[in-house]
Amino acid sequence: MIEFRAATKRFDDGTVAVNELTLTVEPGGITMFVGPSGCGKTTSLRMVNRMVEPTSGTVLVGGRDVRESPRAVLRRGIGYVIQQTGLFPHRTVLDNIATVPLLSGWPRRRARGRAAELLDLVGLPAELGRRYPAQLSGGQQQRVGVARALAADPPVLLMDEPFSAVDPVVRADLQDELLRLQQELDKTILFVTHDIDEAIKLGDRVAVFRTGGVLAQYDEPAALLGRPADDFVASFVGRDRGYRALGFLPAKGVPVGEVATVRLGGSVAAARDALRDGWAVVVDEARRPVGWVSASRLSGVDGEAAVSDELVESGGSLYEVDSPGGRAGSLRGALDAALSSPSARGVAVDADGAVVGSVTAHDVLRALADARQAGEVPS
Amino acid sequence: MRAVLGELIGWFGDPAHWTGPTGVPQRLLEHLGYTALALACALVIALPIGALVGHTGRGGFLLVGLANGLRALPTLGLLTVVVLLAGVGLLPPIAALTVLAVPPVLAGTYAGVRAVDPAVVDAARGMGMREHQVLLRVELPNALPIIFGGVRSAALQIVATATVAAYVAMGGLGRYVIDGLAQLDYPQVLAGAVLVAALAVVLDAAFAGVQRVVSPAGARRSRRGRAGRVSAVRATEPGGTPG
Ligand SMILES: Nc1ncnc2c1ncn2[C@@H]1O[C@H](COP(=O)(O)OP(=O)(O)OP(=O)(O)O)[C@@H](O)[C@H]1O
Ligand SMILES: [Mg+2]
Repeated sequence: MIEFRAATKRFDDGTVAVNELTLTVEPGGITMFVGPSGCGKTTSLRMVNRMVEPTSGTVLVGGRDVRESPRAVLRRGIGYVIQQTGLFPHRTVLDNIATVPLLSGWPRRRARGRAAELLDLVGLPAELGRRYPAQLSGGQQQRVGVARALAADPPVLLMDEPFSAVDPVVRADLQDELLRLQQELDKTILFVTHDIDEAIKLGDRVAVFRTGGVLAQYDEPAALLGRPADDFVASFVGRDRGYRALGFLPAKGVPVGEVATVRLGGSVAAARDALRDGWAVVVDEARRPVGWVSASRLSGVDGEAAVSDELVESGGSLYEVDSPGGRAGSLRGALDAALSSPSARGVAVDADGAVVGSVTAHDVLRALADARQAGEVPS
Repeated sequence: MRAVLGELIGWFGDPAHWTGPTGVPQRLLEHLGYTALALACALVIALPIGALVGHTGRGGFLLVGLANGLRALPTLGLLTVVVLLAGVGLLPPIAALTVLAVPPVLAGTYAGVRAVDPAVVDAARGMGMREHQVLLRVELPNALPIIFGGVRSAALQIVATATVAAYVAMGGLGRYVIDGLAQLDYPQVLAGAVLVAALAVVLDAAFAGVQRVVSPAGARRSRRGRAGRVSAVRATEPGGTPG
């Protein structure tokens, strides 16, 4: 879908930002460009919509040299999202989103209607359409930026660090949202980030650049973690890459053991009887986990009393087991649930969030060893 | 002092000064007419140049230098030169006042366009706007408050200086000053000065009102930072920001 052929960019001051980049982005899927600051990610990205012209080499989109079409026409067919959002301060959110349809000559009503659809698609309430960008939060602005880029339904989307200016919680939301959107829309997305975790979370394929604009490795995330091409990639991918690689291994071999549960608000005496190895998961009426109670926490409490919030210790991360239609839980999820739990048992939940059992770190590691023996672990 | 004040009040109280071709309403209209004409000429010259230089970022240094050069020209001297070249009539005072008004409009437009967030301009281009669309639909609307600041200060300078028209036998409030001096009629001189000052104050208030109305709602919240820049531009023109 997008093809770089020996594309090189040398700026007037002699800086070589991109050096002989040759790389093919397959249609559909998210391709991540990642690398240290100044390694030429943005420059490479901007060659695709001709915001930067290569000094030598060519860039093709859909099999055609980008230089064949006039800049403005080419750009209207390629979505563009940047970190600072670049929303037009003097236009309402709805008019911002309608920008490209209007430029392409759509009638106003239709463009507005389309913009309203997109507002909904990116998960924003319709009332926000009448506001101005300055009246939105950073996360909302970024969603509007994505909606604006998608308005004319371009097959290709370029995103330059779109989520790096928002706080980690909002960033995680936006990332999940992008994955959901991508499942629905199946665009070809080129996404620049300097955050390797983001690259691995979002990318179907990841291109790691080194300083000087040279491509170091272009691979699937699991392969990047499992087989870094050289020391630079290995160190860039990070210290705990072995642990993070577990995120790509399904946890299907991990046995889900039984776990004691007690109802929030039930009697302390009943809770004491239910404890197993001194611990029980406290659940609400929908069997969703609230936290843990322990023998030591309950000792000395009147048996007639109810299990209240004060007696509950907060739990660790939850491990969502394989559920029909949902994504398979990974070994990383299972291990993290076990390691972060106060009882050393990770709480396993189903797709609705209800407790189905527990896992231990020991079981996870044994499942990993088994998978390795069966040759299921790439190495 | 008291005597002067009394005479001034007496001047304004004389019904003869409020009617006919030399009455206050007529002179006021003339004065405003010169102001409007000179301002229009300055806008026609300075807006496109300022916008273009701001948009391309090329020639900014030259533009700031030119604006400062024009500012240094003495209006009265300029008026004399134009009279010598073109004779008396409407042209010399309007030309001199236009030259006076061009620098603030030019500097305001240039600075306003340059002050638009580069990310916004980048996004506009990346969406597929052509260059003229980037300028007309994104840069100028966002530069409007700063441009307006330049226009406002140009208008005030013209109003205050349009008295020079009287030197070349034209009308306007300057007549009271010139004629009063010639006739040693000081209450009249004073009345002319007071009228000019009052007009300037009223005009400034009117501009302030318009400015509040035209500033787009979306920019209001982010404007605070930029409004600061208007005064910065006025104060630091010599340094300016070359493209
Ligand atoms: N217009 C320009 N003129 C001169 N040099 C430039 C220009 N734009 C970028 N560069 C240089 O080219 C190199 C690559 O820049 P680029 O913006 O592509 O990096 P990046 O990988 O996106 O970095 P970051 O993660 O910091 O955004 C840098 O050394 C940068 O200084
Ligand atoms: Mg960058």
